[in-house]
Amino acid sequence: MLIKFLKLGLLASASFWLAQAQALMIQRWQTPQGAQVIFVESHEIPMLDVTVDFPAGSSYDPADKAGLAHLTQGMLDQGAGGLTDTEIAHRMADVGALLGGRFERDRAGVTLRTLSSARERQVAVDVMTRVLQAPTFAESIVVREKQRVLAALREAEAQPGDVAEKALYRAMYGKHPYAHPEPGEAASVTPLKAQDLRAFHRSHYTASSAVVAVMGDISRSEAEALALQLTAQLPKGEVIAPLPLPQLTPASDTRIVFPSAQSHVLIGGVGVARDDPDFFALYVGNYVLGGGGFDSRLLKEIRDMRGYAYSAYSYFLPMAVPGPFMLGLQTKNAQTDDALKLARETLRQFVAEGPSEEELTQAKSNLTGGFPLRIDSNKKILEYLSLIGFYKLPMDYLDTWVAKVNAVDVAAVKQAFARRVHPEQMATVVVGAAASAKP
Amino acid sequence: MLIKTSAALLLWLISAAVYAAGIVDTTLPNGLRVIVKEDHRAPVMVSQVWYRAGSIDEFNGTTGVAHVLEHMMFKGTKEVPPGEFSKRIAAAGGRENAFTSRDHTAYFQQMQKEKLELSMQLEADRMANLIIDDASFAKEIQVVMEERRMRTDDNPQAVLYERMMAVAYQDHPYRRPIIGWMNDLEQMTGQDARDWYKRWYAPNNATLVVAGDVKADAVLALARKYFGPLTPHPLPVRKSQDEPPQIGIKRLNVKAPAKLPYLTMAYHAPVLRDWQKDWVPYALQVLAGVLAGNDSARLQKSLVKEQQIAVNADAGYDAIARGPGMFMLDATPAQGKNVAQLEKALRSEIEQIKNKGVSEAELNRVKSQIIAADIFQRDSLFYQAMQLGEYVTAGLPPEALEGRVAKLRAVTPAQVQEVAQKYLVDDALTVAVLDPQPLESKPTRPAVPGVRHAN
Repeated sequence: MLIKFLKLGLLASASFWLAQAQALMIQRWQTPQGAQVIFVESHEIPMLDVTVDFPAGSSYDPADKAGLAHLTQGMLDQGAGGLTDTEIAHRMADVGALLGGRFERDRAGVTLRTLSSARERQVAVDVMTRVLQAPTFAESIVVREKQRVLAALREAEAQPGDVAEKALYRAMYGKHPYAHPEPGEAASVTPLKAQDLRAFHRSHYTASSAVVAVMGDISRSEAEALALQLTAQLPKGEVIAPLPLPQLTPASDTRIVFPSAQSHVLIGGVGVARDDPDFFALYVGNYVLGGGGFDSRLLKEIRDMRGYAYSAYSYFLPMAVPGPFMLGLQTKNAQTDDALKLARETLRQFVAEGPSEEELTQAKSNLTGGFPLRIDSNKKILEYLSLIGFYKLPMDYLDTWVAKVNAVDVAAVKQAFARRVHPEQMATVVVGAAASAKP
Repeated sequence: MLIKTSAALLLWLISAAVYAAGIVDTTLPNGLRVIVKEDHRAPVMVSQVWYRAGSIDEFNGTTGVAHVLEHMMFKGTKEVPPGEFSKRIAAAGGRENAFTSRDHTAYFQQMQKEKLELSMQLEADRMANLIIDDASFAKEIQVVMEERRMRTDDNPQAVLYERMMAVAYQDHPYRRPIIGWMNDLEQMTGQDARDWYKRWYAPNNATLVVAGDVKADAVLALARKYFGPLTPHPLPVRKSQDEPPQIGIKRLNVKAPAKLPYLTMAYHAPVLRDWQKDWVPYALQVLAGVLAGNDSARLQKSLVKEQQIAVNADAGYDAIARGPGMFMLDATPAQGKNVAQLEKALRSEIEQIKNKGVSEAELNRVKSQIIAADIFQRDSLFYQAMQLGEYVTAGLPPEALEGRVAKLRAVTPAQVQEVAQKYLVDDALTVAVLDPQPLESKPTRPAVPGVRHAN
């Protein structure tokens, strides 16, 4: 990082970090084509990080083409702008640059990390531009990459954790676009054709929906030119319809027999969206329930006190529309039902009673005291820039983060959990050899 | 490169520390080594305590004890009751954890820079005053067994790797899994953990690495204050247990519930001992970069993209270790291809390098990546500290880390070809194949052969 900040060592720590956050000096603008750009200038390391994201994650898959968004994103760098897949890989490697991707239910995009020196940067950004704007989608390469996706899908069927997560999303989201796995299903991936990918790219990788995050060793004017180069020739495209709101699904209990030593237990329900006013109360409260490691009730009850599991956790995954709230653990088959009962009881009690004052104080002091660790590298700052841009979070999101955590009190946590978490309506999934047992 | 200036010499006289390339490296009178790397980009620091005690130091019957002790280190002392260690670090905004490897066990805290003292105070306390009671051990060993089930027993590729190592090494302790065999965990006692702690946890078997927005002198002063009073004790003689040379190819077949076959090919290889004179480990690192690492490398390009015989193919080599090294290839066959075809294709890539070598352009490509990666890694404080800890624990000086890039850049095409010819040979090879078993039918035996269920 970062812009140097004033030495304010005498101030209390919270405001001290506040000063630090403000010193990030996030700059934001729009290109003439409507792409959003969000930028932090930092010259301490001669390198540059860039992400370009689109609302083109798996929730934008057409109903009968689950996996299309994922395959499209994966194919971007497999031939583009007159370069073959190998030429793209060689050009990037020749300048030591790393071209990567991001794929989630909401977001899909391309990431770049390169040296900031002119020669290296120009080569890397030129390739990234072609990859974003002019992917070839050659039919023979589509066939090859499809086979690799199908192999990964088969491989996931052998992982009890993956099997459980897939079943839980189905149970939580029913027919909502968040329900299906990010890479799709074998049955819907198999028939995908190059023309499907081209159409998806044309409609979803558009200039007006692009979010460009830039962090590192370039000037504002260079960043402006960079953002323009990356996005100006993107497809025009129509405005994409926003995702529908998920409906609350009734409670369910899914048991999947699996030849594993442990049973994977997941409990989940629809949680909150990124812009939910309850977000901070839920986030801080969840530290006490299952997000705060050894400070959390779930890990204390399930691991520390009883030795049932190596990991036990809960989290909210806020998304464009309400994302999931999930609890998870893995335990040997014979004690699965005991562990599940304990997890449910811990949740029920937390929602009913909220955290104690002492627990909440501990949560807040960890989160606020740990804030500097959230922005201590270019990579971490870049992730925040992308998040702020994509989810249209306020520009002062990082500046006010500590204050918002500090403002949460016991009553706020209790009320927010009561509004957002409904233990009696949640989905349970157990994958393992104990799965045939009744709850 | 390390340049000792007269100013540095003067500082050395004053504080008994070596200042080089922004790194301070000194040893307290009780044997604790202290390494500080200042990095003032952000107002944070990472503090790591590395013990030269890993699974390499274990004996049959108590495999996994190094890692079990790592878990027990969070269980309290006279001054810091059970649960308090993590609670105090968390209250100060810290993130903490620990990791055990074949060569070491390390504990770390990432915190605001002002909290370094707390971290040192707590680490020094548990270096000398840990209490391991049988009741808390009995619970924690269950947690460790769950960890083993999760990471190894229910992961077919991890099972393959574990069994492969046990075959590739006949005698050397690297044949034993870090997490320990399940049967050893089942029979482990609190006394085993206490013995281990008593044997290896001492200032003269540890290195403190601090990186971040700190002043080296202040770090050293704190280290003296908290770790300085701890008493060293004689460490047991470590026998090298050299692996007898392999005298012929080894093959094993591992059956586990899985969907896809998987193949590994592991060759014995040397590691870095004399960082200035050795060149083979650097050439092996470059060879691994020629073969794999990204889409521009040979295995990916040839096996995955052109021949489409594999869906994934990788190669890896770690030059930094206390024990012997290994050059490993691993791959997953594409639909309709089998592991025999895959092995043949991997071997043909190796033969090509042995017979025709690598081009200058290819080598330059790998070197560009190494140079860039060296810049990129400055973005992670944790990784920088981690590398220092690994080098020092493996017996290499921090200068070896500084000099690494220059050494890698000096590798020639002829050297890459030579190490391929010398080390990627059948007599030193272990081939392991994952033979997928159906997931659908309920097994009549435990999911993983040889793993007993504790219930």
